[in-house]
Amino acid sequence: MSAMLLISVVMGIAGAATPILIAALGELVVEKSGVLNLGVEGMMLIGAVTAFAVSVHTGSPALGCLAAMLAAALSSLIFAVLTLTLTANQVATGLALTIFGTGVSALAGAPYVGITTTRLGSIFPQALAEDPWLRVLFGHSPLVYLGLILTFGVWWFLARTRTGLVLRAVGEGDEAAHSIGYPVLKIRYLAILFGGAMAGLGGSYFSLVLTPMWAERLTAGRGWIAIALVVFASWRPAWVLAGAYLFGAVITLELQSKAAGFNAFAPEFLSSLPYLATIVVLAVISAGRRSAKTRAPACLGRPFRASA
Amino acid sequence: MFEITRRRLLTTAGSLATVSAFGLPARAQGKDKVKAAFVYVGPVGDYGYSFAHDQGRKFLEEKLGDKVETSFVENVAEGPDAERVIRQLAQGGNDVVFATSFGFMNPTLKVAKQFPDVKFEHATGYMTAPNMAAYNSRFYQGRAVLGTIAGMMSKSGKGGYVASFPIPEVVMGIDAFTLAARKVNPNFTTQVVWVSSWYDPAKEADAAKALLDQGVDVITQHTDSPAPLQAAEQRGAIAFGQAWDMSSFAPNAHMTAIVDHWGPYYVQEVQKLLDGTWESHDVWLGMQEDVLEMAPFNPKMPDDVKAAAQKIVDETKAGTYEIFTGPIKDQKGELKAKDGERIPDADLLKLDWYVEGVNA
Repeated sequence: MSAMLLISVVMGIAGAATPILIAALGELVVEKSGVLNLGVEGMMLIGAVTAFAVSVHTGSPALGCLAAMLAAALSSLIFAVLTLTLTANQVATGLALTIFGTGVSALAGAPYVGITTTRLGSIFPQALAEDPWLRVLFGHSPLVYLGLILTFGVWWFLARTRTGLVLRAVGEGDEAAHSIGYPVLKIRYLAILFGGAMAGLGGSYFSLVLTPMWAERLTAGRGWIAIALVVFASWRPAWVLAGAYLFGAVITLELQSKAAGFNAFAPEFLSSLPYLATIVVLAVISAGRRSAKTRAPACLGRPFRASA
Repeated sequence: MFEITRRRLLTTAGSLATVSAFGLPARAQGKDKVKAAFVYVGPVGDYGYSFAHDQGRKFLEEKLGDKVETSFVENVAEGPDAERVIRQLAQGGNDVVFATSFGFMNPTLKVAKQFPDVKFEHATGYMTAPNMAAYNSRFYQGRAVLGTIAGMMSKSGKGGYVASFPIPEVVMGIDAFTLAARKVNPNFTTQVVWVSSWYDPAKEADAAKALLDQGVDVITQHTDSPAPLQAAEQRGAIAFGQAWDMSSFAPNAHMTAIVDHWGPYYVQEVQKLLDGTWESHDVWLGMQEDVLEMAPFNPKMPDDVKAAAQKIVDETKAGTYEIFTGPIKDQKGELKAKDGERIPDADLLKLDWYVEGVNA
């Protein structure tokens, strides 16, 4: 493998991993607060279409990313009101949010089918970003760097800040947290909004970076992979990062090996490898003394009704 | 995934068998107005397969004006759901129902038997009944045009093919593309990357990038999103649109596209209903019937390439050019069709081998 090819592969891995990583980090915070939001795919689609539309009208992809976060966060607010205030079933409401997001993004996106927009550009000078060697460091989309920063940020927030501790407490024992005076619902509202914003940002990666266009179901199921990743990474930010990059690596190597003419295996087998490898590796590294059940936030998916 | 069946899965041994064992043809009687309904497997906004059918529906409305009233149902899952939708449309007073996906075949047949007075038309399948016709398009004719352009314009002599699933429909396209390219450049090779999906823009884009990394300078695709085109545009390679003119996504890379143009066929069929001359049939249409068109050639294409591509179009329309005419060798160098021998339609519809020059 030549050096140039290697650089391309690294770029490809980061590209494939980033949207999943960002969405998964958002979902991780949501789940840590004790809420299971299965609406990630729908929120990503809402983010993707909003990012594209705003970028088309304003000419600014960066503004598109911000709008995507806002729109997806708003959609997650619907979920929050239904599940927190009205204590609706989280699984059913999350699924409904995905269906809603798929539909509403298709409707809102109809006028934008068939056009393209400016790709979200690099934050580094062109000389660095397009240098055949240095691009491996400087040529990525800004969202790739943001994904890495967010991983650290989420870890630091959950593990090192008082608010993060409270959020985890709410997820592990909502009754107890409530009884010592923590605002359980408020914290969960904020977590859900954060999760929505991250899903929207992840979605914007599709319509502004990967393929600057809008088409229905653009994210093609990546939201579900993000949710699965959170579980297999045992709700740990660093492992979510590892899992997302591993998934990106296997998918990139799979395509590169096919493109290089390696066809000893059936294409269907190679296509299933990213999923298999990610599950196997994460299952192995997270196989500790504690079972998956005990690692999950204790209140995950359980509605909370404040008792007097 | 489940979308495999949505397309023209024509492998089945009984590809050309027809189910027309019973009943007399419905008596011919003209109509003043025809109500036509369309059933799509995907969203009309996919900018690909279902989109193209819907453009056909709009063409029909435009051409026949108030003599036709159309409606459509999109995102219909293949299976029991399709049967329910098709039955509802038949009950709803439609004169004809166009079921546009391979997997609608059995549900359509079932409903057709229950509604002998309603006409049914099923795309890309092989079953018919006295009131159910089958229609399909020779997409491979367009692939031969793309292959000619690729063979002439590629500097590396290597083309990349982003493909969905190894079903006859797709294999046919890969073979036609490669055969045509090798006619103009005998050393041309086609590298196929299977993405195992009809629609996954992210993966399609990554597949195209991987191919470009490996030194191909032409990208062609048998998946539904414009993502591979955009990847080609970014890297300065050339590429082709799929099912519809996708030049807006890649003004420099997009040389032309195979455009599914179902409109004229829909007009013809509804006109027959108006005239009272409709009869069940099983047709495999192509450029000659204008069901398949090439999108306008990119002005950046050299004149000799344009001329060569146009020649293939003209000769295909005239019926003098057929890409699956021997000598054709497979990957192992084995002669599959002798000089001047044409591969019969029945064999094409279950094609499962690659021609020389394909790496799949």
